[in-house]
Amino acid sequence: MIQTQGLTKHFKDVRAVDGIDLRVEPGELVALLGPNGAGKSTTLRMLTTLIPPTSGTARVAGFDVVRQQREVRLRIGYIGQGNGAGHSQRGRDELISQGRAYGLKVPDARARAATLVESLGLSEVADRRVSSLSGGQRRRLDIAMGLIHAPDLLFLDEPSTGLDPQNRANLQEHILDLRARHETTIVLTTHYLDEADSMAERVIVIDHGRIIADDSPARLKAEHVGDRIILGFDHETDAASAASVLGGLSPVREGVRLLISTQEAPRRVTGILDDLRAHGRPAAEVEVVRPTLDDVFLTLTGRSLREGGAAPESAGSTDELVEV
Amino acid sequence: MTTLITDTRTVFSRELRPVLRDPFTIIFSMVQPLVFLALFTPLLPDDSLQWFVPGIIVMSCLFASSMTGSNLLFEIQTGSHERMLVTPLRRPALLIGRALKEIVPMFAQAALIVAVCVPFGFRFNLVGAVLGLIILATFCIGLGALSYTLALASKNQEWLFWTVQQTLIFPLLLLAGVLLPIENGPGWLRALAKGNPLSYVVDAERTLFNGEIWTSATLSGLIAAAATATLGLWAGVRAMRRSD
Repeated sequence: MIQTQGLTKHFKDVRAVDGIDLRVEPGELVALLGPNGAGKSTTLRMLTTLIPPTSGTARVAGFDVVRQQREVRLRIGYIGQGNGAGHSQRGRDELISQGRAYGLKVPDARARAATLVESLGLSEVADRRVSSLSGGQRRRLDIAMGLIHAPDLLFLDEPSTGLDPQNRANLQEHILDLRARHETTIVLTTHYLDEADSMAERVIVIDHGRIIADDSPARLKAEHVGDRIILGFDHETDAASAASVLGGLSPVREGVRLLISTQEAPRRVTGILDDLRAHGRPAAEVEVVRPTLDDVFLTLTGRSLREGGAAPESAGSTDELVEV
Repeated sequence: MTTLITDTRTVFSRELRPVLRDPFTIIFSMVQPLVFLALFTPLLPDDSLQWFVPGIIVMSCLFASSMTGSNLLFEIQTGSHERMLVTPLRRPALLIGRALKEIVPMFAQAALIVAVCVPFGFRFNLVGAVLGLIILATFCIGLGALSYTLALASKNQEWLFWTVQQTLIFPLLLLAGVLLPIENGPGWLRALAKGNPLSYVVDAERTLFNGEIWTSATLSGLIAAAATATLGLWAGVRAMRRSD
């Protein structure tokens, strides 16, 4: 569905996107994850024909994004960071004119608009001015606009930014539902870790305009961070003798606690507990810690996504420059 | 399937719809030139209505189409312009549709102005007037497209749009002999007027409204209008491609 080779975009001296090779198969749901200014949106803007690449090529839905822009545009849906619907317009009018833009006949555009209004829960507000809608309602209207021509490939740029948790969950549900029903290929950018984690079966981590990791959330975590088992004991001496029992797992002792790095911790922990009990050194408490995508990002870059992607010692000015 | 014409109609009707839903502002703006006419014409020598009315029609179209980009500025900020750029709408249709939204109400206004002036002795030729309005519309599509281009260039800095628009519109107007005849002016002013495409459009309007149809003024007006439209559409399409 998407194929890029060395896709690059420079803004003056800034390498916003620096040689991205990407392949997305039909039906995939892919999240581009990275801090602000990592190049996610710029990548999306090139794939959706909004800006030409500085170098490299990209084929989207079978067509070249530079030479066959119209063919690409006919086949994709795009939901940008802003509001697709004009604020002085009415939602339903905008849906119909969006349908006309994709070549639907007026009755068809009207019928399609009615279906989308219904399925996105906009019946109450579709005939009001867009400016009077709440943030969540506007976002759902944007989704409806992007779906008017039932595209096979949908791009969403930071779809849930600025929404409260409830609206965000609601939106994610709509996106997943859409995919389940129509097998739409979906590419979204996000800087919300939980969003990438819960929605996408493939996460592409982008930093400084490059892809630094590309896999399922589970495999990214297993490969780059792994699980940890934390065992607690009543006394340091218990902890020390338990450590010798578990020598093969090379536990690290911190006071009354033992830390074990491993894969598949929830499965292995029961065996470890049995082992300790059999040796007369039962643990007083146990905790299994599974990594987050933030841990993955931290391992890969030495920086945390939660801090806005900036290294503690540098203020991250280059990160902020690129995307506004 | 879509064509340039259906795309233009899609953009045009989208733009016009909020205006039709709230027609008060447009009715108000249509009355404005009548006030201007009522206060300005008594200052002119007798019998100058015939010369002055086509100029007023040009002036209101000029002001309106130079505002094409102002609505766009807001839509660039909110994101709906970006959304339209990702649709398969043909790029010239985006420019023409938005310009026509400004021009078409002005043509309704032109009819109103003419209707009001006829009882005061204004005479016009219908075929000539229609041809004149076609030439004017062509010119204004070009101007509207340039206004669109200016809005793209001044996104994130709205003051730039207004400064440039205001700075250019009055010289353009005065150097075309819309309000006062250029012929009595000094040589340098006449030379500048010769370089102004609007001069030729205004001349063509006057001769056409008078009923002199197949004249060199008509041809010059048509050429000036077509050149402006070509330039505007070229600049606009280019700016859309490069906008980031």
